[in-house]
Amino acid sequence: MPNIELMSGNDAVVRAAIMSGCKFYGGYPITPSSEIAEGMAKELPKVGGKFIQMEDEIGGIGAAIGASLTGVKSMTATSGPGFSLKQEHIGFAVMGEIPIVIVNVMRGGPSTGMPTYPSQGDVMQARWGTHGDHQIIALTPCSVQETFKLTFEAFNLSEMYRTPVILLTDEIIAHMREKVIIDDAKNYKIIDRVKPSVRREQYKPFDSKHGLVPPLAPYGEGYRFHITGLTHDETGFPSSDHNTVEKLQKRLRDKILKNRKNFDWYEERMVDDAEIIIVAYGSVARSAMRAIKDARRENIKAGLFRPITLWPFNHERIKKLSKRCKKFLVTEMNLGQIVGEVEKGACGVKTKVNFLGRANGEFITPTEILSKIREVMNV
Amino acid sequence: MFNEHIFDYLRTDKLPHIWCPGCAHGIIVGSLVRSIEKLKIDKNKIAVLSGIGCSGRTPGYLDMNTLHTTHGRSLTFATGIKMAKPELTVIDVMGDGDAVAIGGNHFIHACRRNIDIKAIIFNNNIYGMTGGQYSPTTPTNYYASTAPYGNVETPFDIVKLAKGAGASFVARADAFHIGLLDNVIQKALSHKGFSVVEVMATCPTQFGRRNKMKEPYQMLDFVAERAISLKKWQEMSEEERKGKFPIGIFVDEQREEYVETYEKNVIERAKKGDR
Ligand code: SF4
Repeated sequence: MPNIELMSGNDAVVRAAIMSGCKFYGGYPITPSSEIAEGMAKELPKVGGKFIQMEDEIGGIGAAIGASLTGVKSMTATSGPGFSLKQEHIGFAVMGEIPIVIVNVMRGGPSTGMPTYPSQGDVMQARWGTHGDHQIIALTPCSVQETFKLTFEAFNLSEMYRTPVILLTDEIIAHMREKVIIDDAKNYKIIDRVKPSVRREQYKPFDSKHGLVPPLAPYGEGYRFHITGLTHDETGFPSSDHNTVEKLQKRLRDKILKNRKNFDWYEERMVDDAEIIIVAYGSVARSAMRAIKDARRENIKAGLFRPITLWPFNHERIKKLSKRCKKFLVTEMNLGQIVGEVEKGACGVKTKVNFLGRANGEFITPTEILSKIREVMNV
Repeated sequence: MFNEHIFDYLRTDKLPHIWCPGCAHGIIVGSLVRSIEKLKIDKNKIAVLSGIGCSGRTPGYLDMNTLHTTHGRSLTFATGIKMAKPELTVIDVMGDGDAVAIGGNHFIHACRRNIDIKAIIFNNNIYGMTGGQYSPTTPTNYYASTAPYGNVETPFDIVKLAKGAGASFVARADAFHIGLLDNVIQKALSHKGFSVVEVMATCPTQFGRRNKMKEPYQMLDFVAERAISLKKWQEMSEEERKGKFPIGIFVDEQREEYVETYEKNVIERAKKGDR
């Protein structure tokens, strides 16, 4: 029987992480994500898992990656400055193909910024924060219920594709309390990483023979393999041979992009006849939903496109929508990040991309979006 | 006598190693492998980690569960591995830059927690791989590529640092006195708790050449002549101690180990709902 509970976004992360089978958390206190650490400290040991508060943010993710290599699902959570500090290790997890979930509760920045105010300023950092060319998966919920759901998905995707997955929430979603329907654990799809089926002597941790995602053996079970942050060959040992590196880079890219259709999540509302489509995600999408309803009441044909999978961004969908509508209005709590992606998607068509955003810690209200819609539609 | 069983622990297909001729790193790895063989630790149950630099290449040569991590952060990965799978023997090989510069914070906290990780620090007093820049253990007045007028900084004493931070096993050995080196590595491997073995190593290529010791034997002499057994050290005056360092075991205490304590005090209580 499903249960209905009142909880915050941060609580929902904890609940879903435990139900997903997460057994390790490494972290460091930071506002506004600390409740996730507190919840995991309390809940993990009840299921035989382990929690550690490390000496810094870098240590938190480092410990989580280490734990993941022994075969357990692991996570860390942070906000703003902490997310910046974790970037090197996110790259390590990309290169070593080590599953891990990173929750970033966005707050106002840059630097210490506004710890207790919302923002969507880390969207590009989530995409490009770690150095070097790479692909990343980032999911962004717009409600507590969706935070709960996407936490499951984040663990599943990280295990399926041997990759770090970022759950990008914001201060509003994290601290807001809403009703969440929680079903019986058995009704949730839980995916575990594929373990090798070959003999131990034949195991290669980066073997492309078995498809884009090679099976990952846990440490301590006889496989004795090597992982390095250096570019490497299929056995995991360093290589700077250009062909080998080319092959590795392409596989790392393709395993995300070619599988994208499996996690290409978005929500559309009233886009079929829309003349203006609002693009909004996370907490701002809530204002946008209200604004399109109000606009319709004024006979403005407004619709909403809400990316749930923020990275990789769905430029193709934007392209399709751009052929239907006259205008886009991208609204986000920053000075313009996803708007650039929408422009990329709408490139070459006449549909104009408009923007409403700010980064002063103030939430974007339905009324503001509505007046921007009126302005853009000249009514 | 040469023991051919050590090959069981090496990835011989990865040899020869990348270290310069005359580098002491191979001596330390040899001692580590001999010690593991002597203690007959199952290689499937050993995780060896490293940071970045010349010492960082060590895990690649060892036929175990190996992880070449980021610069200075290997102890954080080691912490996660040890917590999630306590039955593994976790060995973390670090350079001086890894352990007490970029990773200094992780080092002192791992000491404080007394988590059962064996930290072997290859201290060659320099950043070798990046071209001979001074490190936190470069002696004052010695030359480095970033100290062209001589190093003006005061070096860390890693033993004192580890002791002060709370490690339950702390030893210093060097690449010349092999008997002691084997002995302390074996003790560290058998110790339950955070174990630090600082090994005074050499870097003829980057440290030696800049400091009038370009021949490997000169560098080994430089280490050997300064290394004083703890017993003798205690009898020496401050004046006599200048420019030298003691070798031996400085701390060897049985204290509650972090992961065991967590399992006992946290997991058991949480499962009973005792809060
Ligand atoms: S640079 Fe120095 S430490 Fe590195 S391999 Fe050469 S001699 Fe050894």
